[in-house]
Amino acid sequence: MLSYRFDFATILSGQYLDWLLSGVVVTLKLSLLSCGLAFFLGLVVALMRLGPVAPLRAAAGAYLEFFRNTPLLVQLFFWYFGSYQVLPQVVNDWLVAGDFEFAAGVIALTVYTAAFIAEDIRSGVRSIPREQMEAALASGLGYLGAMRWVILPQAVRVTIPPLINQFLNLAKNSSLAMTIGVAELTYQARQVESYTFRGLEAFSAAALVYLVLSLTIAGLVNLYHRRVLTPAPGR
Amino acid sequence: MDGWLDLAVISDNFVYFMVGRYPHGPLGGLALTIWLALASGLLSILGGLVLGLLSAARHPLVRWLSLGLINLVRGVPLLMVVFWTYFLLPALLGRTVGESQTVIAALSLFTSAYMAGIVRAGIASVPPGQREAGLSTGLEPWQVMAFIVLPQGLRHMLPSLVNQFVSLIKDTSLAFIVGVSELTQVATQVNNRSLVHPTEIFAFIALVYFLLCYALTSFSRWLERRLSWSRRG
Repeated sequence: MLSYRFDFATILSGQYLDWLLSGVVVTLKLSLLSCGLAFFLGLVVALMRLGPVAPLRAAAGAYLEFFRNTPLLVQLFFWYFGSYQVLPQVVNDWLVAGDFEFAAGVIALTVYTAAFIAEDIRSGVRSIPREQMEAALASGLGYLGAMRWVILPQAVRVTIPPLINQFLNLAKNSSLAMTIGVAELTYQARQVESYTFRGLEAFSAAALVYLVLSLTIAGLVNLYHRRVLTPAPGR
Repeated sequence: MDGWLDLAVISDNFVYFMVGRYPHGPLGGLALTIWLALASGLLSILGGLVLGLLSAARHPLVRWLSLGLINLVRGVPLLMVVFWTYFLLPALLGRTVGESQTVIAALSLFTSAYMAGIVRAGIASVPPGQREAGLSTGLEPWQVMAFIVLPQGLRHMLPSLVNQFVSLIKDTSLAFIVGVSELTQVATQVNNRSLVHPTEIFAFIALVYFLLCYALTSFSRWLERRLSWSRRG
């Protein structure tokens, strides 16, 4: 049936191995940087969405709906090809001076993932009883103070697993950055494929890296569920 | 550059965005996007049902293998699955496979793995008493599953299935990578031809995807509200 002979020795040695390894580094850099930024943006959007100011609430709602309901690939192309018309000149100059592909990738992944993170934070906050907010406001704290000192510290406990899953999604989604020329893992796998014609091997190696990352993170989330979220007997 | 947004590039190419070269050539654009989503959507409902049932099977080896496949597919990016299918499908079948079929196969496999989780959760949402009552009336286990558990589980699955279909529509944009002329591919072609209007072009197709997906997302929310009401009443 399968008349294909696998040859992993070629792609896992010399410059091809170097390419794949450098791809792993770029994938991790891209994911970690975008994840950090997306967390802050997501937090801001969630606070706006839950807050008392109607126009901010509406703006945050529009943001959530728009970026969750359009493909990431189209958003990537938008930031890569079309951002110069919507961003201020200063920002454009700064972006083009550096690694523009990487920057466009970070912007797209951040803006996209932030919409999902905001929803996770929102449902975490909603799991906290209303009275907590009312009591905090009655004790003289403002909306942001109540969030910062009363609500968010309680919501963190249940929000951690979905946030870790978002990081995992982000790491997998970062593979799309290859389409705008960011030399991450999938890009390098394709590069190796076009030099060696060993497509199955190159993509197997890359898939294995993603898989190890996924399984590790899934394991961590499971552990967290068992250790932290499962109530101890007798409580 | 005259004007901030020049929408002529959209109106000039509107038909091309919607149907590609059709009727003078193959179907493309938004119509092909919808076709890809529908075809892989139907296949992955079947695949998700099979995988979901197998992963809830009593035989440990069957359960173990199907869970392994589900976790394998869910653990890698869709792009990987597309490339894998692209290289593996011709090797397995011993013949060349068209780009559209490759993409439909990849999207179906990928989405099936996610649908399987929804099916499992749907089955688990049906109280065990239903299954026991079904068995005690003399029905075979498969009849209990097909006529008693699944129809009830489907109610709970429906909103999640619609949401998964929305993800599928967004994922069809990856067909661009292997050169299928769906909406995103058509947009990059128009962009390569006109060169000066990328903002307009990509904002426009983002809007098209948005309208399609937002309509379905709203539908799924409506379903969720309706189903939870009728459960209470």
